[in-house]
Order: sequence, then structure tokens, then C-alpha cells
Amino acid sequence: MEILLPSLIVGAIALILGVGLSFASEKLAVPVDEREEELLAVLPGVNCGACGYSGCAGYAAALSKGEAESASLCAPGGDDVARQIAELLGVSVGHIAPMTALVRCQGGEDVAKQSFIYYGMESCRMAAQLAGGVKSCPNGCIGLGDCVKACPYDALRVCPDGVARVDALKCRACKACVAVCPKDLITLVPKDAPTTAVLCRNTQKGAVIRKLCEKGCIACKRCEKVCPHGAVSVTDFLARIDPEKCTGCGKCVAVCPNGCIV
Amino acid sequence: MKIFAMILITGILTQNFVLSRFLGICPFLGVSKKLGTATGMSIAVTLVMVLATAATYPINAALLVPRGLEYLQTVVFILVIAGLVQLLEVVLKRFVPPLYNALGIYLPLITTNCAVLGVVLLNLQAEYSYAQSLVNALGAGLGFLLAMVLFAGVRERLEGADIPKALKGLPATLAAASLVSMSFLGFAGIAENLFA
Repeated sequence: MEILLPSLIVGAIALILGVGLSFASEKLAVPVDEREEELLAVLPGVNCGACGYSGCAGYAAALSKGEAESASLCAPGGDDVARQIAELLGVSVGHIAPMTALVRCQGGEDVAKQSFIYYGMESCRMAAQLAGGVKSCPNGCIGLGDCVKACPYDALRVCPDGVARVDALKCRACKACVAVCPKDLITLVPKDAPTTAVLCRNTQKGAVIRKLCEKGCIACKRCEKVCPHGAVSVTDFLARIDPEKCTGCGKCVAVCPNGCIV
Repeated sequence: MKIFAMILITGILTQNFVLSRFLGICPFLGVSKKLGTATGMSIAVTLVMVLATAATYPINAALLVPRGLEYLQTVVFILVIAGLVQLLEVVLKRFVPPLYNALGIYLPLITTNCAVLGVVLLNLQAEYSYAQSLVNALGAGLGFLLAMVLFAGVRERLEGADIPKALKGLPATLAAASLVSMSFLGFAGIAENLFA
């Protein structure tokens, strides 16, 4: 009796609580959309926010409610995930060309002039507040690696010369780096297409750039003249290549005097 | 009526559960980084304290004491508190999802918050009546809230303070906690004299 009674009391209380709790969780259960769960399982789950929603769960919720603009917003998942989402939702998506980020600057320490030496927080955003960063070029890569820290895929590196570069194999085009770069140097370009790109964002006149950086676009227009497909245009003293027209023939690369087209 | 006011003031100031009795230090240090979550956590703890007292007092009086099973108090009370916390979790998840997400792991950890078990056991030790026990639980909860809010303010200032490297983080937090605790010594005797 000395053992039985306490066991019974504790057991009875536990039983009452257990039944009460299971009843409560049934009554107060938060309704979960089954399709939402399925969609969440399809999404890569890295919560990068490239889709514009608060992580994968947010995108899955928007998709299941039919509020999302498109089934192809997931940049890391790319074509594969978009097709699976479309299948689940019963809609169609076109082909999505895989993209990669590209840092549009080659102004390393040996190439571009520095106006001063920066001692401070290891952050491009902080450094950019001080007279626009250490590089004399107003569009130069600061090289303190805000993009590296922002990248969820470890696809960016600050090279020894002080310029960030993207590993296209690892990049999933989530745009996290695009958003943090204070100099707006990072853009998305098609990953597979054999296109060329101008690695400079400076829109100052050629004579000014020449003094700041050995690899800046001086707007000499040679690339524009040599391009057989009309893909290159020089506006605001900066060459731009239309990836739709570019075939990657490489004629502009050969003719660029400063080697800023690759 | 006077005795209720006295119990309340004692629980909040002179015998503050966190700063004078040193119970519930885990959430005191864990969730006091932001004022918002600190307040939410304190309200949840207060609720659990009052509910736990309301539930355990009759269990103790009706089931345990008549059979001489007082030694079961700790086990039974923890069981009841765990059940209440689970219930609170379900209710919060349904009705206040932002708070549910903000509290995270600290919500189920209220179960093992010694301040909750402490208030329940201390009520019995002090031989309070049912109403007095409930007021004491409320006072303990409000005292917890006061300590959390005060300390969250202190910690928000600590974030920006220039502290020697060796003391950064937990050491500075503990030192600040001891200073806040010392300041509560100033309330000693206030409850007795206030209503004398």
C-alpha cells in the first residue's frame, strides 16, 4: 500500500494531464496546409530570401495561398525546383536560365590607386562611408568582404589583390551579395551562355580613369566598333554588353586596350 | 486586505525571486538580451506561476497531505508544471505566434525554471492560504517581470559599453546582475514598515 498509493496518485495525475493535453492540442491545433508542407520539402531550405519572401517557409506559404507571383522565384533551386513547384501547383513555368553573380571590378591593389589606408571595421559598408572607400576609383571594389559574409554558399572570395571574385560553380544566384555591395558592383549574368562581360562600372571620362586604374573602361569604343553582332554599346563613358546578342566570339576581348573585358 | 498587499510587495521587491532568492537565473541571463522577449517571457512565467499554484495547492491539500505523502510534492508539482507549460505552448502557438517564435526553446524550459517550482513549494512552507498563495505567485511573477525588464535595459546599455576584453560577454553580464541584485538590498524591510 505504501508504494501502490503514491504510484496511483502520480499515475492518475499524469493520465489526466496527458488526456487534457492531447485534447487541447487537437482542439487548438494550428491548421497546417498540406500542400504548404510539400512545397517546403521541395524548396532547398537555405532561407536566402532571393524569392523576396521571409525564407523558404514564407515562399511556400505564399505559393500555397496563390499569392506568389511566380513558381520560379527560387534562385538557388533553379530550374529543377521551379518545375517541381509547378507540378505541385499544376501551373507551367518556362525554362529558367541559370545565372551566376559577377563582380564587375578588376581594380586590385597593383592595378588601382588607393587614396588612403583604412584602419577600421572589416566591412565594406563602413569603409564606403569614409570618402567612398580606399580606392581612388568611385566604383572600385573595397575588398573587405561584405559579399563574402553574405554568401550562403561560400561562393565568393576576396582574392589576395583585394578584389572579391565569384566562383561560378558554387554560385546559386541568390542575390545576397548583390544586395550588400555598397558599390553596386555585383550583377547576375547567365551561367552557361558563352558571353563576355565588361568588368568595370566606372562612368567617368577615360582621361580620369586612366589616372585611377589600369584596368578601367576608358570608353575608347573599340569594342563597339569591332563587335560583329552589335552587342556592345558605349554609353556614359562605359562599355556595356547585351548578353542577349553576345555570342562570346571574343573579338572585343582581344581589342580592349585595358583588358577590362573578359 | 493588508496581508495581500504585503505579500505582493514582498514578492516584487524585498524577496524578489531573481534578485534576492536567486531563483530562475537561467531565463534571467538567457532571455534578457531584448526588452520585448524579456517582457513576453516574464508574462509567460507569471502566468505559469499563478496557474501552477492554483493547480498544485488543491492537489497538495486534498491528495498528498491527508495520506502523509508530502515527500511526493516535488515530483507531482513538476509533473503539473510541465503539463501547464505544454498547454501554454499550444495556446501561444495558436493565438500569439510571434511571441511563440521569439521565445523559442526558453518556452518549454519554463518547465525546469526553478522559480516556478520554488514559488509553489515556498507557498506551502510559508503555510499561506489558497488566496494568499495565489497573490504570492502573482507577486513572484511580477517581481520576475521587474527584474527581467530592469536587466534587459542594463544589458542593452552593456552592448555598447567599452568593456575590457577579458570581461566581455558573460563575465560583464554576471557582474551587472550582481550589482542590480545588490541594489535590491535597499528594499529590505520596506514591506513590513509600509503596512505597519
